[in-house]
Amino acid sequence: MAEYTREVSRRIFAQEFKDSNLSFKDGDDQYAPQYLLTPTAARVNRMFIVGTLVEKEDIGTDSEYWRGRVIDPTGSFLIYAGQYQPEAAQVLAECETPAFVAIVGKPSIYTTREGDILTSVRPESICIVDGEVRDMWVVDTAKNTLFRLNELDNSSSDVVKAKEYYNTDSKLYYSMVADALKSLLESE
Amino acid sequence: MKDISQDIRKQFLELDVDISLEDIEERLDKLINKFKVPKDEARRSVINYFLKENNVPRSEFYTGQSESPQKKISEMNMDGKWVSFKGKVTQLWDNSHESISQAGLVGDDSGIIKFTKWANAELSDLVEGQNYLFKNVVVNEWNGRYQVNINKTSSIKNIEEEIEVGTATVDFSGAMVDIQSGSGLIKRCPECNRALTKGACMEHGKVDGVYDLRIKAILDDGVTAQDVIVKRELAEQVTSLTLENAIALAADALDQTVVLEQMKKLLVGKYYTSTGSRVDRYLIAESLVEIPSFDPDELDELIAAAEVV
Repeated sequence: MAEYTREVSRRIFAQEFKDSNLSFKDGDDQYAPQYLLTPTAARVNRMFIVGTLVEKEDIGTDSEYWRGRVIDPTGSFLIYAGQYQPEAAQVLAECETPAFVAIVGKPSIYTTREGDILTSVRPESICIVDGEVRDMWVVDTAKNTLFRLNELDNSSSDVVKAKEYYNTDSKLYYSMVADALKSLLESE
Repeated sequence: MKDISQDIRKQFLELDVDISLEDIEERLDKLINKFKVPKDEARRSVINYFLKENNVPRSEFYTGQSESPQKKISEMNMDGKWVSFKGKVTQLWDNSHESISQAGLVGDDSGIIKFTKWANAELSDLVEGQNYLFKNVVVNEWNGRYQVNINKTSSIKNIEEEIEVGTATVDFSGAMVDIQSGSGLIKRCPECNRALTKGACMEHGKVDGVYDLRIKAILDDGVTAQDVIVKRELAEQVTSLTLENAIALAADALDQTVVLEQMKKLLVGKYYTSTGSRVDRYLIAESLVEIPSFDPDELDELIAAAEVV
């Protein structure tokens, strides 16, 4: 049997995440991992986000079900945590907003009855961090995104699939990265 | 065909058997050209014929000529690969099975690997701290770890050379995305130092455990998820939580897992650089340092790279 390897936490800006809606399973197995393929061909089963938690609300009816909105320089992530994410739900219940949070979670895609596709994150863990960590995440995510953008000429199957599906406009994402990075200069 | 026959002749000469080139060629020619036997098969058939003719045992011929390549321990990462290597026996374990004569760890300057010496190999016993040349051992993978098996076809030679056992240190930077179960306040078996699960040791059963602190963390840079093992001393240093504090904390809460929770709260979500040695998929940390802020030069470089397009 092949060794179990932990899924890497990908780094994706909110804008790119919002643009993503191609999900697939790797294999036919019931337990095969689910991936989200983004426009820059990141294959995401787990992601790491650091941003500002600006809103939180318990939208559950019977049991607690927390929704939060986390902002990065390019947009916002929606996160949902309920009884199956007890650690994360507890942090959401107890924390104040706004706060810098570091989130490790799984991407999830939901199609509304109107056919709109909503992307959100199901957190495995949420930690309160400081502004330095948030800035480092922006640099880190920029670096990872640039790396993917520079690989878009390559013909690996994920790249081909992503370009075919999204018709990726790499210029758009290059300028997204540049803007996100420049926001760090202003804040200094 | 000339090459094949010369090759065969050379191999036999190494075993002090002289066969004329014409004889070899004649047989080869018959098989290949007349009976349409593929070259590899013909070669094998010819070799077997002359082995029999000259009463050379097969095993002698095959081990004699095809010595497995000499490798470093860090390169032994292919299941089913035959290798030779030089190493020092660093640890011998009590072995539990009669078909195993010895088991333990052997190292070179690139790393350490587990070995199993099978009883039917009938080789003399290895001594801890001695240096050996291992020939024709086979690497296999079990439970995601590599190990070497010393079997009937293997040979072991004592060597004078003193082998420095060590593992090259590596460093890894990334965000700590998780601290896994088995971290925090744990108990170890007083006999073998294994971590206990539910108060029992895998080897020695129910024992009175000894408290210890450790962290099994995952550092993740967006490309690789690296397992990092942090031992007690370093764990105390990065969490400012001593073993005594941790025991008190757990006693107060009547729950050992509070220590793990506390560690997660302190460490997860931040960026770290860890240096240490690599063992299997783990990085055994010698240092774990939080990265306080981003590097402004890197920021400038990245902006330049993003704006080129």
